[in-house]
Amino acid sequence: MTENATATVERADLFAKFDPIIQTRETLLASGVEDPYNLVMEKVLSPTRAICNGRDTILLGTYNYMGMTFDPDVLDAGKQALADYGSGTTGSRVLNGTYQGHKECEDALKEFYRMDHAMVFSTGYQANLGIISTIAGKGDYIVLDIDSHASIYDGCAMGKAEIVPFKHNDIEALEKRLRRIPEGAGILVVLEGVYSMMGDVAPLKEMVAICKKYGAMVLVDEAHSMGFIGENGRGVCEEQGVIDDCDFIIGTFSKSVGTVGGFCVSNHPKFDIMRLVCRPYVFTASLPPSVVATAATSIRKLMHGSNKRAHLWENSKTLHRGLLDLGFELGTDEPQSAIIAVIMPDLQRGAMMWEALLKEGLYVNLARPPATPANMTLLRCSLCAEHSSEEVKTILSMFERAGKATGII
Amino acid sequence: MQPKPLRAKESEPLPMDPAAVDERIRTLIEPFNKKGVEITDATTFQNDLEFDSLTVMDFVAEIEDEFDVIISMNQQAEIENYGQLVAAVHKLQDS
Repeated sequence: MTENATATVERADLFAKFDPIIQTRETLLASGVEDPYNLVMEKVLSPTRAICNGRDTILLGTYNYMGMTFDPDVLDAGKQALADYGSGTTGSRVLNGTYQGHKECEDALKEFYRMDHAMVFSTGYQANLGIISTIAGKGDYIVLDIDSHASIYDGCAMGKAEIVPFKHNDIEALEKRLRRIPEGAGILVVLEGVYSMMGDVAPLKEMVAICKKYGAMVLVDEAHSMGFIGENGRGVCEEQGVIDDCDFIIGTFSKSVGTVGGFCVSNHPKFDIMRLVCRPYVFTASLPPSVVATAATSIRKLMHGSNKRAHLWENSKTLHRGLLDLGFELGTDEPQSAIIAVIMPDLQRGAMMWEALLKEGLYVNLARPPATPANMTLLRCSLCAEHSSEEVKTILSMFERAGKATGII
Repeated sequence: MQPKPLRAKESEPLPMDPAAVDERIRTLIEPFNKKGVEITDATTFQNDLEFDSLTVMDFVAEIEDEFDVIISMNQQAEIENYGQLVAAVHKLQDS
């Protein structure tokens, strides 16, 4: 009896499934390159400069498109809210976690997008997770671009709808799938304005029109275009003239807005019920007062950011042209956004190039499968409106030296 | 012998029997079967044919276009081998 009580049963180690990833990582690090996923910024000097692993570094991989992170008005609003409302809400939006600042932040979003409803989530990831998993239920269909962000796929996996992917940015592939969906089933089509891996833009004008033809609701994730693309910075759907036909726009505060948080805006008359039925909204603590205060201030300033938008476009064009001229292979033939993806021959040489750039004093994102399309290794550059024209020239000379040193060009 | 029922429209294909579905998918899979693996009902897509996610997407799109059906990701998750695929497509084109 006592023997049985102390006997243990042998079971598989639950971590065994990660062995292939551990192996890939160890092989990469054994070659002596600096760990691309363990970078520490000891000091942040500005939206475009930091001390990284001890070196003064130009930041070209932060998604801080509009450079709002050190805007004096934004910082003042945050400090004031911290003093007035404390460091955190310690509660859900539907219980004790909605402060004046959360309402003001949602008001700023409604004005920014000229939409009737706005709902702020604790992160952009949760906004996609919550909205997608909640509005598409059993028997409904979600039709999505195959290159959709992880948060979109996770929202699909969390819900009970039928999931139908189509080939990236392929209008005909989208239409074929919509045509085949059984009559009577509800349809949500999920698109992104800018796809973050290659920095390419979706043909929203054509796609949204097709969605409407087949009676589908459309959700557009404008995470990488807010503040920058479109006359008022509302995104690719504004630029292409279809914002009024988009049922839901999802966005984030962690890119152009310069803090953290996510949101969904909509004109759907029943949209507010989401606050009660959307679990990733209900069952988590709301954003700290300082965060929503910085977000609201930043969003209002972005409404008047046309000069910054123009400079950011200049930066994007200069970098894109310069990298092509140096002989790098890029993700798009023309600059379509503030993201420029430089295609590397493989992970090993991509990591070498990444390290060479870091030693030059330049930080970019090393993106690798499975996050990338077609199993590519990418050096992903995201520009900032606060990069000076001189900095962009410096960046190009760093790419030239690192590219030659590693044999990429 | 009963005459075959007339199609409502000439453009509307008749549902195929399992053998015809099998034959059609066998032809479609050829360009994706890079290693020339022998296809039986038990042949798995992941282990035997070593399809990665991109190959799966292209292959599924070919089948969807050929049979004018949707094979959702939820359904794909239930299909591990060739025999299951033929059965699933046969069932889908009937519905």
